[in-house]
Amino acid sequence: MIIKGLTKNYDGKKVVDDISFEIPRGKVTALIGPNGAGKSTVMGMISRLIGRTEGTVEFMGKDIREWKSRELSRKLAILTQSNHTQMKLTVRELVAFGRFPYSGSRLTPEDEKMVDQAIGYMELEEFQDRFIDELSGGQRQRAYIAMVIAQDTEYVLLDEPTNNLDIYHAINMMKTARRLCDDLGKTVVLVLHDINYAAFYCDYICAMADGKIARFGPVDEVITKENLSEIYRVDFEILEVQGKPLSIYY
Amino acid sequence: MKKWTMTAVLSVTLLVLSVLSLFIGVVSVDAASLLAGDWKQWEIFLVSRLPRLLAILCTGTGMSVAGLIMQQLCMNKFVSPTTGATISSAQLGILLALLFMPNSTLWGRAVFAFASAVVGTWIFVWFIQKISFQDVVMVPLVGIMFGNIIGGVTSYLAYRYEMTQALSSWLVGHFSMVMKGRYEIVYLVVPLMILAVVFANHFNIVGMGKDFSRNLGVHYHVVLFAGLTIVAMITASVVVVVGSISYIGLIVPNVVAMFKGDRIKGTLADTALFGAIFVLACDMIGRVVIAPYELPIELVIGILGSILFVMLLLYRLKNGRKAVRIKAAEPACCSCRMPELEGGEV
Repeated sequence: MIIKGLTKNYDGKKVVDDISFEIPRGKVTALIGPNGAGKSTVMGMISRLIGRTEGTVEFMGKDIREWKSRELSRKLAILTQSNHTQMKLTVRELVAFGRFPYSGSRLTPEDEKMVDQAIGYMELEEFQDRFIDELSGGQRQRAYIAMVIAQDTEYVLLDEPTNNLDIYHAINMMKTARRLCDDLGKTVVLVLHDINYAAFYCDYICAMADGKIARFGPVDEVITKENLSEIYRVDFEILEVQGKPLSIYY
Repeated sequence: MKKWTMTAVLSVTLLVLSVLSLFIGVVSVDAASLLAGDWKQWEIFLVSRLPRLLAILCTGTGMSVAGLIMQQLCMNKFVSPTTGATISSAQLGILLALLFMPNSTLWGRAVFAFASAVVGTWIFVWFIQKISFQDVVMVPLVGIMFGNIIGGVTSYLAYRYEMTQALSSWLVGHFSMVMKGRYEIVYLVVPLMILAVVFANHFNIVGMGKDFSRNLGVHYHVVLFAGLTIVAMITASVVVVVGSISYIGLIVPNVVAMFKGDRIKGTLADTALFGAIFVLACDMIGRVVIAPYELPIELVIGILGSILFVMLLLYRLKNGRKAVRIKAAEPACCSCRMPELEGGEV
């Protein structure tokens, strides 16, 4: 996925300003940055959820706008934070929606198998007949991830997947993202607030500030004392833990 | 197999009630004389009783399915053709037809009712999407206000052109005018409901939100407005023939969802059956209570419906959004106790 000159204006104000970068295929990339840096807007634009003002998003050789919606949904899945539904669906019913881009309303035996696998992969077997609104936040998040797995896309985009999760579930979420990449060969892009999650579980980091890319590169290059202090405008200290940069801010 | 128990029970109940209803009325009709080939009785049976039953079945299934779809599309459990201005828009359409084409046939009025119900519903949904209320209760409140404004315009026009008499039969729903030759429009409900079944999953996905639909490659706005059109058409076909029937679209889907969740494919049949039973039972009560006269169905439904609605609210207050599980509580969900089937059947 190649992003060139991507810009978004809201009421004349540039929220995202002329961004260009390439999302490395088969890797986990994190978008980080302070509030209002434009991370989620970029995520929305590269997943065709929001329109853009200028620029191009080239996905597998074609601009993302030229893709047929249904075909695109077999290649790219996006999970936003706005998935807090009132609807009473069981976990299995939710996961089965992931097969919609393939079979529409009629699930084939193969679809059922994919649903089973996705549920098994997220260890949701015992919950599969429970309603999603009766689950805990962590379980619900896993159910949505299972749906994305059933959707069987090469690209998986997750907008703040660790939001509202406690440390245990957040870390498990990050491990899942890692597994999606390592075991299933997917390209994963996440918007994250916690720099250390990004540093420990991702391959590349795109740090944004004021609608622009401040730094983009492999974790080690981006997570430095100077870079982070400049982007977040607070003091940072970087320690090395298990060969990864752990940032401390105060 | 357990999945189908409820459907089976509802089907049998409906069948029994339907047969019973055919033999309730001012003129007594009984199976023995029908079998004996009594001409007079057959005539009543075919001209009045059977059409009435069919109209009731179409109304009950149609209005409850319309309510179900509307609640899903608007992502709000309190929206229905009554609280979403659909019924009042259809009534305004009928009045306009009476004003501009005084000699219009039932079909002519139906076309007006369709058009205005569709437009009214679209405007309402466009409006609530534009404002995007934080509080779920605001949406039906706005709908009720919007409906009252349209109703006000209708009343004003009706008074201004002395149409109140003519209009009254569409304001309060009743089945007493249903007879062979002047109710067939209500059959339109059947193909519309088939459409609803075909697109059930689409409606479900749209009900999960805009981003969710886009992710799965579903065109959010196309499905939303197509679904609303189906809802408006179903409602208008009922209003043209029977008049305003409130509550069903609100209560029936909510009661069924308490037992079976919100997946349209899983609840559609039960919602339709329960709706039909509810309307049929109310109509039978209306026919029996002050026989040989009869109460308009709207009145009976209003009373029973509001009682059911209060019970529904009380249940929600006590148990939150927890689903009612009919099967015995497993250790895994020990918190779901065995519920009594409060007010399940009327």
